[in-house]
Amino acid sequence: MDGRLDAGGHLTPRLHFLKMPALLRKPGFDGLDAGVDERGARLELRRQIARLEAELGARFGDGFGHTEIPHRIDALAAAPRVLDLGELETVRDRLADRVAEAERALVERQRFEDENRNLVEKMFAAPQDFKWVRVSRQDLGLHGCGHWHSKPRLGPIGMLMGWWRVKVSSGCPLAGRLAAVER
Amino acid sequence: MGWVPAPQQGWVAPHIVSELPGLGIAWVEVDAKPGRSPDPVRRRLRDLSDRTYGSQAIRLRERPIPWAYRVFYRQIGLDPDRTRTPVEQLTLDRLHDGGFRSHGLPADGLNIAIVETGVALRAFDADNVEGRLCIRDSAPGESLSGHGEMARGTLVIADEARPVGLLFGSTAEGLAVERSSRRIAVAAVQVKGVPQIAVEEALWMAASTLEAT
Repeated sequence: MDGRLDAGGHLTPRLHFLKMPALLRKPGFDGLDAGVDERGARLELRRQIARLEAELGARFGDGFGHTEIPHRIDALAAAPRVLDLGELETVRDRLADRVAEAERALVERQRFEDENRNLVEKMFAAPQDFKWVRVSRQDLGLHGCGHWHSKPRLGPIGMLMGWWRVKVSSGCPLAGRLAAVER
Repeated sequence: MGWVPAPQQGWVAPHIVSELPGLGIAWVEVDAKPGRSPDPVRRRLRDLSDRTYGSQAIRLRERPIPWAYRVFYRQIGLDPDRTRTPVEQLTLDRLHDGGFRSHGLPADGLNIAIVETGVALRAFDADNVEGRLCIRDSAPGESLSGHGEMARGTLVIADEARPVGLLFGSTAEGLAVERSSRRIAVAAVQVKGVPQIAVEEALWMAASTLEAT
């Protein structure tokens, strides 16, 4: 994705010669007479890396506990050193890819949670149409234990009579009960 | 800040600082004896543990100073999720261990300052440091004592004679604080986005913890 990001890190069709020194060195581009300021390009790439790292950090925080946010980027060097232009471009591009992936993961998760929220509303409206369906609080992006479960009243009798209802579980097990299980 | 001992400002090789503006090093030397941390320091670690939560750890990378170090790690080719920044490593250790464990002095003094301010600190045996500290790249064939030859261009913290440690990495043999050390140099590595006041606060906090013992 070389040269895809502009100074603000946004997608742009405009050529930015400062950011494409490798391209400008290729035969056929001599006539453009565009000077190459590699140091300026490196500083610009570092600025973009800083902005992308902030975006990735924010998405990591937003998604934590809800969905897996891809955020890992392998180290380019075994020991700390000043990276060259190509390496900085690699870091910038990988960060941009991770930000895009994280964004997609968050959007998909949001859609999943919205669908489940609608499902719970429909379950309450017509539990008989959602027999035995069970939706957990995590599926709605909520913390804590618990779920909504479409079940018949009075067991088999309710099943035969069509007495369905949505049962809301009572939350997380109490510490005492957990301790009893441990014993 | 008007406190004694005053921090000293190191230098950064001009071609490095032109590439990585904002990079700096400052240090302070204190008389201190390594060993078991006294009760007030251990109590402070416990208080710090009580103030550090999982939710803070998750959002840590969004705070300005930890973010600045993460960015710098990326810019020098490190993966901050593998080679962790000092404050992130300590916060993860806190979650893993259920509290900040005491590792004695000077580690506890540095850890308190790192967690409180987010600034990256290092400790060296000041009696073995020759002259001013600096940040530079390694010369061809140069080695870090006890760790072998470094790749050319490796960023190091050095004194006027030799590298004393990798920037965010191993410390050279003979420069690490040992039981026999009697004078400790606490160094803060400043990167772009870390305010000078935070660096001075970190040095003051670490130095005052070490001096008070």
